[in-house]
Amino acid sequence: MSSGGFLDRLQVGLWKDNPGLVQLLGLCPLLAVTSSFVNGLGLGIATLFVLSLSNVLVSATRRWITSEIRIPIYVLIIASLVTCIELVFKAWFPSLDRSLGIFIPLIVTNCAIVARAEVFASRNSVRSSLADGIGMGLGFTLLLVAIGMFRELLGQGTILARLDMLFGGDATAGLVLVDGGWLLAILPPGAFFSLALAIAIKNAVDRRRSVTRRASMPRSLRRS
Amino acid sequence: MSERSVLKSGLTLAAIAAVCTAMVAATYQVTEDQIAANEQAWLEQSLEPALSGVFFEGSVTESMLVIPAPHELPGPDDAIIYRVYSEGEPVAALFAVTARDGYAGPIRILLGVQYDGTVTGVRILEHRETPGLGDKIVSSRSDWVFQFDGRSLTDPEPASWALKVDGGEFDQLTGASVTPRAIIKAMRDTLIYFEANRDTVFASPPASEAAAETDAGDDTI
Repeated sequence: MSSGGFLDRLQVGLWKDNPGLVQLLGLCPLLAVTSSFVNGLGLGIATLFVLSLSNVLVSATRRWITSEIRIPIYVLIIASLVTCIELVFKAWFPSLDRSLGIFIPLIVTNCAIVARAEVFASRNSVRSSLADGIGMGLGFTLLLVAIGMFRELLGQGTILARLDMLFGGDATAGLVLVDGGWLLAILPPGAFFSLALAIAIKNAVDRRRSVTRRASMPRSLRRS
Repeated sequence: MSERSVLKSGLTLAAIAAVCTAMVAATYQVTEDQIAANEQAWLEQSLEPALSGVFFEGSVTESMLVIPAPHELPGPDDAIIYRVYSEGEPVAALFAVTARDGYAGPIRILLGVQYDGTVTGVRILEHRETPGLGDKIVSSRSDWVFQFDGRSLTDPEPASWALKVDGGEFDQLTGASVTPRAIIKAMRDTLIYFEANRDTVFASPPASEAAAETDAGDDTI
């Protein structure tokens, strides 16, 4: 795996190796909390923080970590970070903490995080590990936000409802388009349909790109 | 693996564990007070809607009374009662009880009752009912819970504390009958308990005072 520049790493996480769309990691929280935009954004930001910091810590300590004890150390680092994030949420975003419930402590079990520690941070510099964490975290957040927005719109007929849970202030209803909506979208099946749709869209875009790229190549370079 | 490298690995692990623990401890120190304040505020905020129309002094949570299980109130776990006083006289009580026969597990209910047995309000504290169907019991999702305001065991009679579909007085919810049935049953049982035990409920010292008395006793010894 090439480490490349900072921007390249971001692009890999956001699109090429998106943890949710391509690596299919961390699907349990992804499917469970994306019933609204604000839930998706909240869990996304929390995951982004944990992923970036755990990548940095694992990368910074990689000289001392021998391979026999690497897994317990990853678990220690990730679990401590998640505990800190959970306390911060409880203190400063209490209503979001209540809304996300058990899924904040369950970030520990998000295999996307331990996967990045093992695959990337343990063998790359702090700088590119940070870039990788931010890229992967942003990719995960964007997917959570997109699916959350989609399901909220279909299921409740609102856009950006209850943003106060993250940003404080009075309870906001968001932009109410229709009162009530298609219930299935906020039930678990809706999560699976939305994720399938998102993966299909990504694959379609990638295929179209590669077709155009091939068409613009000289004929002699084209392969089947 | 040689003894030396085992020792080295162990020490590395211990050092990293110490650093991680310090990190969590520091975060806890910083957030501790804020979290306690949030929880207290959340409790007060969730209790007050069930006391609509009741004038009282001080905070609701001051006179908390825990009735340890088993008891005659609904639910298998400890029941919590918050007593509300005005000028030293009891005016109302709030019952946090569990309806255990919900559609998707137990439902935690908060029921406010005036001293004379009139319901001041009902709110759902915790539930896992189906979104869009059973969750209409929550006050922000539908008006269903408000039909109980002002009712008591004489209005209607205990036998009519049931859904219309079961021959009672209360409206059902479209697509969900298990959920409202469980709640109405828990409410009725709570009201019956309150009627039978009203004086004991208000006479018992609050949990905080009882604890304070024990502390004082310990000090003198």
